Amino acid sequence: MEQKQKQIAVEMRNITKTFGSVVANKDVDFITYKGEILSLLGENGSGKTTLMNMLSGIYFPDKGEILIKGEQVSIRSPKDAFENGIGMIHQHFKLVDIFTAVENVALAMNEKGKYSLKAVAARIKDICDKYGFDLDPEQKVYNMSVSQKQTLEIIKVLYRGADILILDEPTAVLTPQEAERLFKVIRNMRDDGKSIIIITHKLNEVLSVSDRVTILRKGELAGTVETKDATEMSLTEMMVGQKVDLDIERSEPVDPKPRLIVKNLTCKNADGISVLDNISFTANSGEVLGIAGISGCGQKELLEAIAGLQTAAPGSSITYYPEGSTKAKELIGKSPRKIRELGVALSFVPEDRLGMGLVGSMGMTENMMLRYYKRGKGIFADKKYSRKLANEIKEELEVVTPGIDTPIRNLSGGNVQKVLIGREIAATPSVLMTAYAVRGLDINTSLTIYHLLDEQKKKGVAVIFVGEDLDVLLAFADKIMVLCAGKVNGIVDARTATKAEIGLLMTNMREEETLNG
Amino acid sequence: MLSTVLSWIVRAILFGAVIMYGSLGETLTEKSGNMNLGTPGIMCIGGAFGFGCTYLYEMNIENPNPVLTIAIALFCAFFFSALAGMLFCFLTTTLRANQNVTGLAMTIFGTGLAKFFGTFIIPEGVVTVKATYANSLFCKTIPLDFGESTAAQIAEAFLCSHGFMLYLAIIIAVVMAFFLKKTKAGLNLRAVGENPATADAAGINVSKYKYLATSIGAGIAGLGGAYYILDYNYGGWSTGAAGGLQALGWLAVALVIFAVWRPINLIWGSFIFGLCYWLYNYIVVFGIKMTSAQSSLLEAVPYLVTIIVLIISSVHKKKENQPPSALGLAYFREER
Repeated sequence: MEQKQKQIAVEMRNITKTFGSVVANKDVDFITYKGEILSLLGENGSGKTTLMNMLSGIYFPDKGEILIKGEQVSIRSPKDAFENGIGMIHQHFKLVDIFTAVENVALAMNEKGKYSLKAVAARIKDICDKYGFDLDPEQKVYNMSVSQKQTLEIIKVLYRGADILILDEPTAVLTPQEAERLFKVIRNMRDDGKSIIIITHKLNEVLSVSDRVTILRKGELAGTVETKDATEMSLTEMMVGQKVDLDIERSEPVDPKPRLIVKNLTCKNADGISVLDNISFTANSGEVLGIAGISGCGQKELLEAIAGLQTAAPGSSITYYPEGSTKAKELIGKSPRKIRELGVALSFVPEDRLGMGLVGSMGMTENMMLRYYKRGKGIFADKKYSRKLANEIKEELEVVTPGIDTPIRNLSGGNVQKVLIGREIAATPSVLMTAYAVRGLDINTSLTIYHLLDEQKKKGVAVIFVGEDLDVLLAFADKIMVLCAGKVNGIVDARTATKAEIGLLMTNMREEETLNG
Repeated sequence: MLSTVLSWIVRAILFGAVIMYGSLGETLTEKSGNMNLGTPGIMCIGGAFGFGCTYLYEMNIENPNPVLTIAIALFCAFFFSALAGMLFCFLTTTLRANQNVTGLAMTIFGTGLAKFFGTFIIPEGVVTVKATYANSLFCKTIPLDFGESTAAQIAEAFLCSHGFMLYLAIIIAVVMAFFLKKTKAGLNLRAVGENPATADAAGINVSKYKYLATSIGAGIAGLGGAYYILDYNYGGWSTGAAGGLQALGWLAVALVIFAVWRPINLIWGSFIFGLCYWLYNYIVVFGIKMTSAQSSLLEAVPYLVTIIVLIISSVHKKKENQPPSALGLAYFREER
């Protein structure tokens, strides 16, 4: 009954892909039929994009086979993918800004015959009419909105005759209205017999637009279900999986007191869109506040706002309460240096270690000096203190380096992170913020980092820990604040919360009433 | 008075045409995203080899063939300059060396090579050698007489008081504009300079385009070098000539900016640069008398004009008038 002659468009069998020691995909089976919309669902780092990149020719699988319309193929480059009718629309658009839409489409076409932009424009018009796109072929790309650029990317792919379209998080940059328009076009394309794969982690979209859902978890296939049989809860459970016990030490908080109170914090980006929307929370001393959320939901901006690197909208307030004093200090509107001069000991381990945190071409000593450049007399720098500190960190944290003056970009990721955390901890902070502190690190180094942070917590530091692995957050943090699209979608106790509960908070904005109530 | 103005115009056009070759080459190169600051040096190479080969030819042959004389001069200038351009591209595209540093090194290398080469040609005890026959060919103007009226004389100064190289430069400019605007390869080339990652994803061979544009661009710039020696410098080669040529090369780089990367603009832009450059010599036209120190200062006018154009185009921020977005950046596919 189900099998009413559905033709298989793409089949991937036993696909495995590893990057160094990291397994991105393991024995994944994947099928798409002709004329369907398939959602590929999974958390960050679950291997969705990697899997699709193997279809679009960006990566080549280590193991496994790919069949297009029943025939085994080898896709080694984006060009091969095109020849097999596969087109992928990436999150970052590949367009030439000063070209018109037509010129972008005409780029590198291998059509025989005369080069005629008019003919290209006419075909673009046909495609637009057929599927209901709205695009002016003569418009320059730099004058286009994000949604128009996306439309152009889709048309580019269709123009080359693709009938299997992969869209990587297509709605991440769209307004709800634009997303609705996109879905309409996608449905038109499905009805025309094309296969559309949408990579996403937004459950409501999955449920409203797709026919089937394939779920990946930690690089492995967690299952495929018909959308009509799925609910948000069932999908979330498949997405996050069973709780895994990790051997992470977590001390009990001792005498927690409010250290940092954030109230109604709102930040807008350069386009005037709120990246943080009315955020309020309290970070206590001697506690680890975990922050969970799909990446890009305002985690980075939140930490930067506290560190004095983001401009907050009027009405926002970040108040700092020093140890053993009731004199509150307002941090909004102050530069990082002003904040430090206020006597607020703030340490920040940013996500971008070798960009924002450290300088790759400098040694450990000089990287220490980035924090202590004001020491020393007159115009002379005081290198002694930094050298001492670098040696201490090297000893205590067992940083593997040929010497403290070796450029740190030559060190491994784990050692770079040790240098950064060591430097930030050495400043005896009272608030320590870390963003994805263990990203890309092996398990032992990760445990070292958790241990270091736990030590800080015992000393009464308020630790703010932005993480991506829910198991780690549940095992390590005391409280977990979940961000969703720049808003606080809930603060839960890490000792009692479940993975599914957090997963739902991450992917699904709660109704306004329940939030306020 | 009129004769002074006329000679100013003729001088400006000749001067402009020389730097126009450099600018045409540099424009083509920059469209591929390569910023070749080695243009002054490459023009020196073109001048030295173009002059050298044709000089040796006319010295060793009883009755030099006019077509062959010109062909040897242009071919050698183009060929050796293109080789230098290819070297630049190898360093910056294949080895991904910094383009600015490589370009400056090319200028020093090219000027040095030209001077070194010159010492072989110049006999001991002589300062300048002359390729008289080649010079006479390059200087040959169109024998047309429009009459005695002022308008006719001005028209003559503009249209037919020049050697064939001026007309060739204008033809190259028009062809290049057509190539960039109207052909598929031109579209692909512009895409490479604007956004190599996009071009690569579209299946364009980025390195091939960079190599071709940079080599051909350098070759065109080299033609300007030969033109400078064989016409502007009256066919005379000396170590000092290489220095003068290098100074012109920098003006060529400035002219590319002045023309906002459009070959057609180079045609009138080079004329304005020529007028500005020779202003110090002809300022008496305006009834102003200057000391030599003051007039030296006037030689900086072309650069001032370039700075003003840069300021205006930066303030306007019109996307079409900006340099190719990926100008000066090495492209590396695996980098994200």
